[in-house]
Amino acid sequence: MTATAGTTQMVTLRIWRTDAQGGDGKFVDYQTPVSEGMVVLDAVHQVQATQANDLACRWNCKAGKCGSCSAEINGKPALMCMTQLAHVPTDQPIMIEPIRAFPTLKDLVTDVSWNYEVKKRIKPFQPRKPDAPDGTWRMDQADVDRVQEFRKCIECFLCQDVCHVLRDHHMHAEFIGPRFLVYTAALEMHPLDTADRLADLKDKDGIGLCNITKCCTKVCPEHITITDNAIIPLKERVVDEFYDPLSLLKRFFGGGKKT
Amino acid sequence: MAEGKMSLPMARGAGETSRRDLWWLQPLAVFLGFSTFIGYSTWAAFQNDHYTYGSYISPFYSPALLYSPTQDAEKSKSRAHEKSSITRADEQKAHTFCGPKPAWWPGFLPFSAALLILPFPGLFRFTCYYYRGAYYKAFWADPINCGVGEPRKSYWGENSLPLILQNLHRYALYAALVFIVILAYDALQGFIFINDDGSKRFGVGVGSFVLVLNVCLLGSYTLGCHSMRHLIGGHRDELAKSKTQKKLYDCVTCLNGKHGMWAWFSLFWVGFSDVYVRLCSMGIWTDFRLL
Repeated sequence: MTATAGTTQMVTLRIWRTDAQGGDGKFVDYQTPVSEGMVVLDAVHQVQATQANDLACRWNCKAGKCGSCSAEINGKPALMCMTQLAHVPTDQPIMIEPIRAFPTLKDLVTDVSWNYEVKKRIKPFQPRKPDAPDGTWRMDQADVDRVQEFRKCIECFLCQDVCHVLRDHHMHAEFIGPRFLVYTAALEMHPLDTADRLADLKDKDGIGLCNITKCCTKVCPEHITITDNAIIPLKERVVDEFYDPLSLLKRFFGGGKKT
Repeated sequence: MAEGKMSLPMARGAGETSRRDLWWLQPLAVFLGFSTFIGYSTWAAFQNDHYTYGSYISPFYSPALLYSPTQDAEKSKSRAHEKSSITRADEQKAHTFCGPKPAWWPGFLPFSAALLILPFPGLFRFTCYYYRGAYYKAFWADPINCGVGEPRKSYWGENSLPLILQNLHRYALYAALVFIVILAYDALQGFIFINDDGSKRFGVGVGSFVLVLNVCLLGSYTLGCHSMRHLIGGHRDELAKSKTQKKLYDCVTCLNGKHGMWAWFSLFWVGFSDVYVRLCSMGIWTDFRLL
């Protein structure tokens, strides 16, 4: 059963609640009326307004563009503002939990600051010398389009959440996660960029830890083809640089410059 | 927050999840699909018989580098040439590139033409990015599905032996490309039928289409490979500077978008092609001639 057109029905939200320090977590059931067009975030706000004023929930745009309201709805990482109740079975309690790859601050709010620290470590954009005397560059639109996809990322960190390397193995010290592989791909594949991040990808960023489950691609609300267009092409570039004997030989004889 | 000080939610146990959908169905289907194929192809590879039918040759046995017909094959007439004295052994010999099994072949080693070549396409599929993602889930539960708890605490990914060797997938691709050329040749041969007097004629049988479709599906799978996409142009940042390379890259990208689908279709059809040739050779199925 789902919330359908023109009706109001009662649904049960089973929300993860913690104490003020993010500990002592448990699920608490709240019954609330929902109607056509409501999203999960609306229902959570309704609970917050009427039954649990101390319920912590991060949100901002309610339009799927700020990436604040990331949570797990019935075990699937999703943006609460983009998950319509009409698409969620309401004949059972709807389980709403915080994302699991980061520490819980309170209730549905997590501390995602680790991501900002990781971003600082990645070598920034380093353009080549300008192509024209007026200090401008020339790029082919097709080459720009290729990396444009990666710039759609809203940093909701759902891909980080679903990645089992972070979520289940807690390898935050060894692996930067899909979000920052996408970020690196946007820089590394940029037609103007000259920086070399391949050694970092292999040694510091842990690209070899990705085992291509494509879970990150499945949860991306911006539909970025994370695995096929960002991670695997980066893996292949790392192969060129460190594993492929023919590429190594080619570079030894002076070929294989960045094009 | 410093990485070492994070207080993370406890990792869930094996199979533990809040997911309510049938999350186990996909890995189970993949497990059964792969297991069936591996089981059948291993059995078929050890048979060393019924891999030819007239001008058709099973893709499991092509290219047939050496041959060593079974006693039954030497005695039995080919089902494709029942009115002549051509045996299955003669047919197998006609499809062989090099010659008979060498005398020095160790007696304890089972011989089959398929065993000499199947490791190459096998390795291509084993190291394929799509298959890796699929079998890590279905056979190794790492993870069993997205957002589902894992059975093991330790994890090395593809950073150490043996899985670091997955990085050499492109070499398996090079071999697979050679196989596509050979299988295309086989598919063309499937339109040449040999009369009982030994003369050749053009013809079309259902098996001709089976082999053509086989090479089309395998070609779509192989040419859409992620390594192919990288090698054909993906390694360049300014790809559009070469229009030809950009077009080739776009073609490979187009195939790559459905790489998983091509992987499954080609896996099924290459198995079916062997079944088709085998059952025709055994006289269980009839190869209907259209021309």
